[in-house]
Amino acid sequence: MEFGPYLLLASMEGAVTAAVLALTAVGLSLVFGVMRVVNVAHGEFFMLGAVIAWYVASTVGGHPALGFVAAMIIAPLFVGGLAALADMVFLKRIAYDPERTIVATIGLLYIIQQVTLMTYGPDARPVVPPFNTRLALPWFEFGENGFEIYWPWGLSITSYKLFVIVAAGVILLGVWGMMTRSKIGLIMRATQLDGEMAQAFGIPVERVYAMVFGIGCGLAAMAAVLIVPIQQAHYLMGGDPLLLSFIVVIIGGLGSLPGTVIAALLIGMSDGIISVFFTPTLAKILATLAVALVLVFRPQGLFGTREHD
Amino acid sequence: MTNDKVFSKSRRNALKTLGLGAAATTLPLWARYAQAGTAEPIKVGFQAHKTGIGAAYGRWYERTTMAAAKKINDEGGINGRALEIVIEDDGTDPKRGAEVVEKFATRHNVDVGFGTLFSHVVIGSAPRAGELKLPYFVVSEGHHVASGMLNRHTLQPCITDVKSQVAAMAPFVANNLGKKVTMIFPDFAFGHDHRDFFSAAIEAQGGEVVAKIAIPPTESSFTKYFPKIPRNTDVIYHVMVGPAVLTFVKEMGEFFGPSRPEIFGFIDSLEAVDINSPGLEFLEGTYFWEGHPRYAQANQTEYDKAYRAGVGVDNTGASISDSKDIATYAHMFGCWETLHTIKAGMEAAGYQSTADRSKLIEAVEAMTDMPEGFAHPQGAKLFNGKTHQVFGHQYITKVSGGRLNLAHTTSIEDTFYPDEVDYTKQSF
Repeated sequence: MEFGPYLLLASMEGAVTAAVLALTAVGLSLVFGVMRVVNVAHGEFFMLGAVIAWYVASTVGGHPALGFVAAMIIAPLFVGGLAALADMVFLKRIAYDPERTIVATIGLLYIIQQVTLMTYGPDARPVVPPFNTRLALPWFEFGENGFEIYWPWGLSITSYKLFVIVAAGVILLGVWGMMTRSKIGLIMRATQLDGEMAQAFGIPVERVYAMVFGIGCGLAAMAAVLIVPIQQAHYLMGGDPLLLSFIVVIIGGLGSLPGTVIAALLIGMSDGIISVFFTPTLAKILATLAVALVLVFRPQGLFGTREHD
Repeated sequence: MTNDKVFSKSRRNALKTLGLGAAATTLPLWARYAQAGTAEPIKVGFQAHKTGIGAAYGRWYERTTMAAAKKINDEGGINGRALEIVIEDDGTDPKRGAEVVEKFATRHNVDVGFGTLFSHVVIGSAPRAGELKLPYFVVSEGHHVASGMLNRHTLQPCITDVKSQVAAMAPFVANNLGKKVTMIFPDFAFGHDHRDFFSAAIEAQGGEVVAKIAIPPTESSFTKYFPKIPRNTDVIYHVMVGPAVLTFVKEMGEFFGPSRPEIFGFIDSLEAVDINSPGLEFLEGTYFWEGHPRYAQANQTEYDKAYRAGVGVDNTGASISDSKDIATYAHMFGCWETLHTIKAGMEAAGYQSTADRSKLIEAVEAMTDMPEGFAHPQGAKLFNGKTHQVFGHQYITKVSGGRLNLAHTTSIEDTFYPDEVDYTKQSF
């Protein structure tokens, strides 16, 4: 394949990765920003979203779109509820102590993963996309006859992949709207700035924490529902999103939503392009190197602000 | 407190009675082995990929192994002793694989180790088996046994290796599909076997490999690799493993759209996956290598029939109890047959205890012809005691009407290559 179409294909693949990654990482970032909790189990909530999407889609029947829409509603709600419950049962009990929450969420990671293995099994199971048309894409060249448009071999995307990019954008706008325009967002931001002061002003911080943890994990579940018609639901699928989300959140700035989205685009696109032109391993090496450089030279992340205290 | 005691006492009595009842029901079973020198069961340590990237295979390897063990026990066990399978999960991980082998030898005190599939786990575990002098029967397809890389304690008596499989496939590909081949394979030992041996085999047929595309087995998104396929490719040769195989094949179809080249795949790319899954329609008319045809064929033998019934697989390769649960049918026969070969070897060696492990290996090394039968439902085989590797028929099936129909069966001779090692010259 020539360079131009190749680059276009790589960018589109990168955009799909970036869209899903942005959603997942924003969930992680939200939880860290408001609660200062490093949720190591985030990837497992992502996986759980995909697995529940499979259960819902295979129960509903009828046109695949019905199952998909049902999954889009049920999976994030269920995962969010479960996460809120986990917050109240475990994280609250250990007073959100940073070291202990890491250990507790590692425990959660294994519990969720192994329970899924024991119930859902080791298979990768597909969810049928609501629609999936292959769209061949044209490319242009300046040949002997001047400007020409032609259809390169293999240059295509599916309608569903385009939908994933758009849907992730819409959901991210929704999250941004919630954080900046709604009362809930105001309460969350107040809790993020100073939890004790927020409590003094009558904000039920414990309930806010449970809700934030639920929303954060629910976002991961949403990302998983979007990706599961492309990939499949599998009990080990949470590993990669977790690692990439951490990379994104560190580069973008812990707790900064715009930073997270921009870093997700950066990492997702570069992963797509570098692994196409060089190797996927090099893409991971460069992403990890970027994390190291950010940690050394700009520990607060590209868009983070320094702590006041 | 007192109440508790009374309760637990009566419950213990109840349990005792239950236990007696249970013992009574098994009476004919252990009475049958009474003539053996020892009533101790023969223990086979089954190294299973219960978790990790090999889990779909692991589940079916386990079902096949348990079904074969039941058959062997129903027919009187081994040397009059019951056969017991001890299962340990290796997480499809080479390091844990070596630990499992160690656990088999030292803790469970098994007679032999058995059942490993993924080549990197075999390569990680076999040296430990050699050090512990534990006979280690693998069901892996890798060329590492016959290449001389491993040791005298490691044998692969019932599944053919990649080198002989691809040698037998190359003439079919070159003569029926095309000469310019692009290979897509997983980036680890097993995939490298495919890359090296198929490249050589297709060149011997006057063809050439125009591109080699290696993909990590843990990859989850594949479209980005396909632009590396050169435009002048006649045939795509694909073999993929891991949980994302369905995505791999689906995205390959989406990449090509209406203008696909010929496609020849190893069924590994779709093991445990329904070929009628949405998005796989483009596979119609393409070919697959299968170790053992998933769909019952027109010329199905009574052995294949009995084997399917024993393991619980229907005529489409799905579990009898769940039509969505597709077997790893092209590979798992290896467990059934290997267990029967262990039995045959132990009986030939007069195997009594772990002190006779060397005798068992010598007895298996002495084997040659393995005729098709209830113990070998996949087909006849020829074992090479020097290289510890078996040779056998290969099957090529064509996707038509949502089924895999047999298109070509290779002879055993098609799969031969010169010996690369003589393990019998190594000391125990």
